[in-house]
Amino acid sequence: MINKLVITSKNEEFLRRIVELSGETITVCEQCGTCSGGCPLVLEMDVTPAEMMRMVQLGQEEVAETRTIWLCASCFSCTVKCPRGLDPSKVAEALRQLSLRKAIDHIDIMNIPADEMDKLPQIALVSAFRKLTG
Amino acid sequence: MKIPYYPGCSLKTTARNLEVSALASASTLGIEMVEIPRWNCCGTVFSLTSDDLMHHVAPVRNLVRVQEMNRQGIVDNEYRLLTLCSMCFNTMKGSALRVADNPDDLDKINNFMDREEDYEGNVEVVHLMEILREMGFDKIGEAVTNPLGDLKIAPYYGCMLLRPKEIGIDDPEDPTIGADLFRALGAEIVDNPYKKVCCGAYHTVADKNLVIDLAYSILSQADKAGAEAITTSCPLCAFNLDARQKEIAEKYPEFKTMPVFYFTQLMALAFGLGEDKCMFEGNYVDPRPLLRAKALLKEGS
Repeated sequence: MINKLVITSKNEEFLRRIVELSGETITVCEQCGTCSGGCPLVLEMDVTPAEMMRMVQLGQEEVAETRTIWLCASCFSCTVKCPRGLDPSKVAEALRQLSLRKAIDHIDIMNIPADEMDKLPQIALVSAFRKLTG
Repeated sequence: MKIPYYPGCSLKTTARNLEVSALASASTLGIEMVEIPRWNCCGTVFSLTSDDLMHHVAPVRNLVRVQEMNRQGIVDNEYRLLTLCSMCFNTMKGSALRVADNPDDLDKINNFMDREEDYEGNVEVVHLMEILREMGFDKIGEAVTNPLGDLKIAPYYGCMLLRPKEIGIDDPEDPTIGADLFRALGAEIVDNPYKKVCCGAYHTVADKNLVIDLAYSILSQADKAGAEAITTSCPLCAFNLDARQKEIAEKYPEFKTMPVFYFTQLMALAFGLGEDKCMFEGNYVDPRPLLRAKALLKEGS
């Protein structure tokens, strides 16, 4: 049986949107997997950073539903290793922004336990709210 | 040397031990750090999307303060802005580079900041470690009165001092700046293969198990390599690697706690500046028993 992947105009539009938001020429990713190999959180992810890049290339919008895009902490380990000079952390940020710009938060601030709120430094809270809430 | 200094929120609260030890150590080396007036939060994380200029406004406002200080004669033709916190450094340097490389973005931000003078794009954001390297680590060594002897230190760099390349202060794959500094202070350097691995950063807020596992790897690898302590320059790394050791020990029973120093605390200690400048009481894992055992602190202190 032959499985045929059809790229629709909707797929192309999604790719264009993420290229624009991230500023990255995602189409030049050659799927070498170096980003995944160097990612400190890859074991927690449902798709690897390289798979995330491939899903965006193919315009598969479900990439925005993955755990991966929220686990990426923008540590830039992939960025300094990518042989094509791409920055997957910018792609993850663009995908997060799709939700956050609709005011859909990834975390509920009210769910942070009171004893944790007392001890968390503001550098943690500000960065988490900047990255995970819209 | 008189240089504008941006502290950021943590240095006035949870990371007082970083600020106090840095100011005293810098002063010993003839660096006068002058806090910029009316500074505001940098935003802690660099905005990565191409169209988001709003989040560069806060960093750029701080850069405008440096121009004002020069005009008012508070500093003399000194357009470098000194930072201590790795996240402030990364965020503000990123914004400074973005507007320097994109004049249209700078125009938009200047127009938006209606009541500020225009930012002229000529401030260079630097980290204290870079200033130390520029002075020469040999010269830093000359200020040492209490050499750190056989204290085995694994420098930890984390992310924000090293990456991305255009922002980082050293080779992103093979940094040595921390090792060079602590060697000048007389310490024994231990290489930790996890020195560049992310501590989990802000995931400590909503997913702290991730941080506990990453911090466990970083600390236990340092221990395996023979280190007695690790170092950082980031208040968020400090929280995750130091304050989270209680939770690490609960999850991993064989885990041995390990002191986490700000790099400036080791400088203050080596320069013989006294415990009020080292502020070891601000660390979660108390490093004083280790330092007394190494005769780097007096018994009973």
